[in-house]
Amino acid sequence: MTDESPVPEEAKAGVLSAPPLAALAEAFPDAVVEYSATGQNVFQVDGSRLVEFVQAARDAGFEMFIDVTAVDYYRRRPGPRYDVVIGLLSLTHNLRLRILVGVDGDVPSAPSITSVYPGANFYEREVYDLFGIDFTGHPDLTRIMMPDDWDGHPLRKDTPVGSVPIQFRDTHKVQ
Amino acid sequence: MPEPPGFLTTTINSIANWARYQSSWGATFGLACCAIEMMHTGAAHNDLARFGMEVFRASPRQADLMIVAGRVSQKMAPVLRQVYDQMPEPKWVISMGACASTGGMFNNYALVQGVDQVVPVDVYVPGCPPGPQSLMHAILTLHEGIKTGEFVRV
Amino acid sequence: MSEDTTTEENVDVGADAPPPATEHERRQLHEIWAAGTEEPAWVRASTAEGAQMMLPRDQASVVEVAEEGGTLVSDDRLYDEELPEEEVTILNMGPQHPSTHGVLRLQLELEGEIVRRVKPIIGYLHTGMEKTGETLTFLQGPTNVTRMDYLAPFHNELCFSLATEALLGIDLPPRAQAIRVLMTELNRVSSHLTWVATQGMDLGAVSMMIYGIRERELLLAFFEKTTGLRMNHNYIRPGGVAADLPDGWEDDVAGILERIPEGLDDYHDLLTNNPIFLGRTQGVGVITPEECFAYGITGPPLRAAGVDWDLRKAQPYSGIEQYDFDVPLGEHGDVYDRYLVRMEEMRQSLRIAAQVAESMPAGDYRTEDLKVTPPPRKRIDESMEALIHHFKIFTEGFKVPAGEHYQAIEGPRGELGHYVVSVGEAKPWRLHCRTPSFAAIQALPTMMGDQLIADSIAIIASIDPVLGDVDR
Repeated sequence: MTDESPVPEEAKAGVLSAPPLAALAEAFPDAVVEYSATGQNVFQVDGSRLVEFVQAARDAGFEMFIDVTAVDYYRRRPGPRYDVVIGLLSLTHNLRLRILVGVDGDVPSAPSITSVYPGANFYEREVYDLFGIDFTGHPDLTRIMMPDDWDGHPLRKDTPVGSVPIQFRDTHKVQ
Repeated sequence: MPEPPGFLTTTINSIANWARYQSSWGATFGLACCAIEMMHTGAAHNDLARFGMEVFRASPRQADLMIVAGRVSQKMAPVLRQVYDQMPEPKWVISMGACASTGGMFNNYALVQGVDQVVPVDVYVPGCPPGPQSLMHAILTLHEGIKTGEFVRV
Repeated sequence: MSEDTTTEENVDVGADAPPPATEHERRQLHEIWAAGTEEPAWVRASTAEGAQMMLPRDQASVVEVAEEGGTLVSDDRLYDEELPEEEVTILNMGPQHPSTHGVLRLQLELEGEIVRRVKPIIGYLHTGMEKTGETLTFLQGPTNVTRMDYLAPFHNELCFSLATEALLGIDLPPRAQAIRVLMTELNRVSSHLTWVATQGMDLGAVSMMIYGIRERELLLAFFEKTTGLRMNHNYIRPGGVAADLPDGWEDDVAGILERIPEGLDDYHDLLTNNPIFLGRTQGVGVITPEECFAYGITGPPLRAAGVDWDLRKAQPYSGIEQYDFDVPLGEHGDVYDRYLVRMEEMRQSLRIAAQVAESMPAGDYRTEDLKVTPPPRKRIDESMEALIHHFKIFTEGFKVPAGEHYQAIEGPRGELGHYVVSVGEAKPWRLHCRTPSFAAIQALPTMMGDQLIADSIAIIASIDPVLGDVDR
């Protein structure tokens, strides 16, 4: 979760103790490094440098692509509305990395990492389908979960769950 | 279809119904968790073949019973209707499980809240998932209904 | 330069273009992998396709179509020579199909019996579980996630519970952890039994279905005795497990440990050296380790490709590191190796279950922290505090401190991960499930290329997809 308060030095030190992460932090000094509350390695990267960062991560030893998803922090925090969350795994160093990219705007958009990890294809389509975040450079950005003619993006916080009122629930009550 | 009552027609009717319920073959429409329980009902411990449901036909053209086993999403509903339409008469539908009957615990945008919004249902089976015994009870109920003519199909 | 850019020679891309069109798809992927951030021009300029339809290949201008509809990267295939229109068939497989393991739709572009391009279309079982997860409390969460991968419900529950417990910062008593390990490893066996049953049936050994399910009934009977349900148990909850193991569980587990290996021996006799099975599975559906990394494929397919990676060994959870077990590895990454890996995994899981049964610690089956676990039912009559705790936990739910956590476990299909974001309330702000079958389905075009339709059935069965996992 992105946070305006400065990251304490010990928290950063925990992440930076692993060589590949230290190398990444050095190469991308404006990426915010965080050791999350549960002790996981998190980098917050700006969208403009995302593909470069992911490429560098892959070169640094994060061979395996794990996940791309998004979180909608609708009115919950002062920063950007969405966070695109990318998960990577390094088998050689036995490390996990989470990359958060803040995305905002009426037509939120983030760069696609399919050129680095082809496996991000379906994941980014899912984020587009459910959140409406456009991934520039994606080869086939279309709906994947919902029908093609569906209106709206279900997982956004301002879209209701879509529940249907329970029928006959109050019939036993005296009218 | 109303028929004039008569000894011959009622006998033929009951013979036809006997044939229908003694060998109703299901169309494979297993969607989610209930499909696993449906597989178990057809397998060794709870053998469905002893009730005449020898096989589950993949082609709806060769099936007369569609057991909708699992949650039906918005994208799947037209497919469900199409498969139902492709089945020749007489045909029956069992809605297996809570999700198929009413949408189950997923009262949200993604599921059709009950397949009876899409196809006419003859027997509903509650459960999440219903065990093989519940499903068998439903199938036998359906067979009873076919036998007595309660679930009338042309 | 001709407009037709479907073959390598016509596209002017410069020195870093890969070798000509006859190269297999996996080399193309490797090139993307190795080439860098820039998507090579030959990828962008190759055949295009609309959203759910495969457009005809001789569109007026392939480049125009590519700009309109977006290009395919991963299931694009370059043909040896130009195929006349009549020789290409587009066949739709599913979503209602006996062998797609659920509602998976595949569009196959065929040249005779050989599959050239594949487009997997999913979403037919999308249940909105991630959205529903935001409306349920953390205690109710397992009821929701357990229905995702419905063949391995304990694993889903375990992952969610571990993520919640990490955010809560609580520790579990050893008995709770041991019970979790026991149930999840037995669940792995029951999931693999379903897999071998369907794999055998899909390839023609119809009796495998009956055998696999016959063995599975034994496990489901034990699950029913312990948790109350045969499937979708909602047994592993944040804080521990819902109830202690029933009396006589050691005998049940001993019976399972006796019977299942006999069944596995039967399956080995039937399948492992069967020439038909070998002919249909060896060399079929090969995936290389680099492709596994690129697509995020984990679990038995990754290990069958030769990569020694099992989260139970690398990033252990729930006390599994105290048990002795091996991780079977394959070599070729084909369907046969995946079969062998899963068969051996079943034996190893039974080995773990035997050790757990022997060394089951005494103690609590859930944590003592009363803010998290409900009090025992009979205390509610006696103690006002217990009543209030019960009430608050079941109506409002316990509040989980703000934070985010990604918890990954080794499910039967691969790495199952739950990413939970909490904002300090009783319900998660966001629940995302990173499911292994989703990544595996995405890699189907790579595995199915240039093979027969009959092989595609074997390949789908071998990656063991569960569509509830894929579509959530």
